[in-house]
Amino acid sequence: MAFLELTGVQKRFGEFAAVHNFDLAADAGEFVSFLGPSGCGKTTTLRMIAGFERPTAGKIVVNGADITDKAPNQRNVGMVFQSYALFPNMTVADNVGFGLKIRKRSKDQIKKRVGELLELIHLPDKASRYPWQLSGGQQQRVALARALAIEPQVLLLDEPLSALDAKIRVSLRNEIRAIQRQLGITTVYVTHDQEEALSLSDRIVVMSEGRVEQIGTPFEIYNFPSTGFVARFVGTLNVLSAKVIDPGAGTLEVAGQPIRAAKPISGGHAGGMITVALRPEIIQLGSRADLNNLSGIVDDVTFLGSIVRVRIKFTDGSGVISFDTFNNPHLAVPDRGTAITVSFPTEACLVLDQAEAAAAAAPEDLDAA
Amino acid sequence: MTNAALPIKAPGAPVARPVRRFGLAWLGMVPFLLFAFLFLVAPTVFLVGGSLQNAKGTFTLENFANLFTPQIMQTYENSLEISIVTAVIGGIFGLLLAYAVISGGLPGILRSALMTFSGVASNFAGVPLAFAFIYTIGRAGLFTVFLKSVGIDLYNSNGFSIYSKIGLEVVYLYFQFPLMVLIIAPAIDGLKKDWREAAENMGASSFQYWRRIALPILMPSLLGTMILLFGNAFGAQATAYALTGGFIDIVTIAISRQMRGDVLFNPNQGYALAMGMVIIMAISIAGYSLLQRRSERWLK
Ligand SMILES: Nc1ncnc2c1ncn2[C@@H]1O[C@H](COP(=O)(O)OP(=O)(O)OP(=O)(O)O)[C@@H](O)[C@H]1O
Ligand SMILES: [Mg+2]
Repeated sequence: MAFLELTGVQKRFGEFAAVHNFDLAADAGEFVSFLGPSGCGKTTTLRMIAGFERPTAGKIVVNGADITDKAPNQRNVGMVFQSYALFPNMTVADNVGFGLKIRKRSKDQIKKRVGELLELIHLPDKASRYPWQLSGGQQQRVALARALAIEPQVLLLDEPLSALDAKIRVSLRNEIRAIQRQLGITTVYVTHDQEEALSLSDRIVVMSEGRVEQIGTPFEIYNFPSTGFVARFVGTLNVLSAKVIDPGAGTLEVAGQPIRAAKPISGGHAGGMITVALRPEIIQLGSRADLNNLSGIVDDVTFLGSIVRVRIKFTDGSGVISFDTFNNPHLAVPDRGTAITVSFPTEACLVLDQAEAAAAAAPEDLDAA
Repeated sequence: MTNAALPIKAPGAPVARPVRRFGLAWLGMVPFLLFAFLFLVAPTVFLVGGSLQNAKGTFTLENFANLFTPQIMQTYENSLEISIVTAVIGGIFGLLLAYAVISGGLPGILRSALMTFSGVASNFAGVPLAFAFIYTIGRAGLFTVFLKSVGIDLYNSNGFSIYSKIGLEVVYLYFQFPLMVLIIAPAIDGLKKDWREAAENMGASSFQYWRRIALPILMPSLLGTMILLFGNAFGAQATAYALTGGFIDIVTIAISRQMRGDVLFNPNQGYALAMGMVIIMAISIAGYSLLQRRSERWLK
């Protein structure tokens, strides 16, 4: 049985439904991320697990016990806040030991446990500092130690790294993950950063407008997005509208040029429009007879460090497609305005489900993702 | 100090800089220093001088010795009691009220209404305030009469009198607690919701949150405001004078009796009384600084 279970959880603020029917079953020790754009209900869901918001409907079970109606201070669930929320009037040691003091542990026990935790977060010499004397990254590590001190059943983190700069963000997220693995604690991690979610999680819950779009491993989410939203939000996907030529054979037309999908198009009919998604990194420069080919004019070239992203405009004005190529000193970067052809394998065409087709066909491009 | 003192200087060197800045800074201080001299130093010197003389101008310690007579001791006691009681009650009420309005989930309009009222009420003192109370709960006040008509005799059965010490405390509270509200509100605003939630998350009850987090964080402001309330009541004169016609036994009125001299007239005794107040204020401010420093330890 799952360790953390959310069943049909809903939250309304007055008329506004912030979370619709949220279902999740996380195993003990699993690292689950909630990923989605701002306002999609990630924090609200997390706060319901912590007990700061009462679900309008549904049930939350931890380790077989229904905690839906329990007060937050009765839950034994550890929370790390985006703002760190360290108590400014207490030293690092007192912050970390706060939960234990509330639990009436002896002074010696508290001291020992605080020492262990400060060791764990690599700040053993900062015990007597006050929060304002620490950097943001250090403060957040203390907040993590404080949440872990009470040996919570579930650890909740709400965008814990978003106030930090990029370098620290990466090193601290790895540290969080390492600690989580070491302790084997079931963890829910909220983020709107897809890279963070992909690199940290055992499973990702992609959310949009209060709904779960897809739950899956990073591999599944990235390679097999089940909705157009997921495809666009995770990664920098090309979303193209295509005309169905022969559903059975999987032949399509994009910007007047024929391409082929690996599988027959289910639900599409000849002459109808569907949406296909294409990963930029799977597309190669140059035409190849054994692959799908698309031609256009170079519209923009973006240098992204180890990769170079090229955007191509179709000559009929029906859209753009981007592809990535690894950077190297001998790379012949195409100039803007030159005509080029790119190729990609048939399996690279992800046909998004039909319900999505209409929405995705709107002239929304991958830059928004 | 530096190059400015040297007879020879390198061409173009920013020579007089430090000196000039020093001079300008002092220039900026002049109005304040002048003000402080005229209205703080000079009166204090005058006060000390006056309190150490008798009416003929010869040196004496008699005025100070007189402070320790039972009657004057009682006067100080009354002043202290009124100041402490109104500072503490006003402080607690003000804190609760401000907290309720700011963090209690009450409609926002209540907050601005309370703030506006507090701004007005905290400055409503002296003669107008005294008369407002006399007209409402004085012996023949509107409210007193109304209560009488429903069978409650405020003045006879309960021993209450607006002209007594308790009455004065009630009147003082009228400006004390709004002042507390005004000053403590920004401090309460500074309490982050996350702190409360983090505490709850770790198992703390509301009481534990207040005891270990909210109150310690508010303590420096609370102490600061309470000492202000104390001084505010301790030095008040006009309200008490107008309310009781000068018949209440507090230090400020005792001083004015000595200075105006209807019955008593001994300005030098008045100066000594004032010196007593200065000393009490100095002691309370020193005590306050000590507490303040301790409660602010985590800020430094
Ligand atoms: N207390 C509240 N009252 C009314 N509406 C709320 C409340 N809390 C959240 N909402 C609304 O619910 C929606 C979801 O909010 P939530 O904070 O869960 O988003 P989020 O996914 O965490 O976004 P972000 O990435 O910006 O933190 C938002 O539209 C928000 O305005
Ligand atoms: Mg959020």
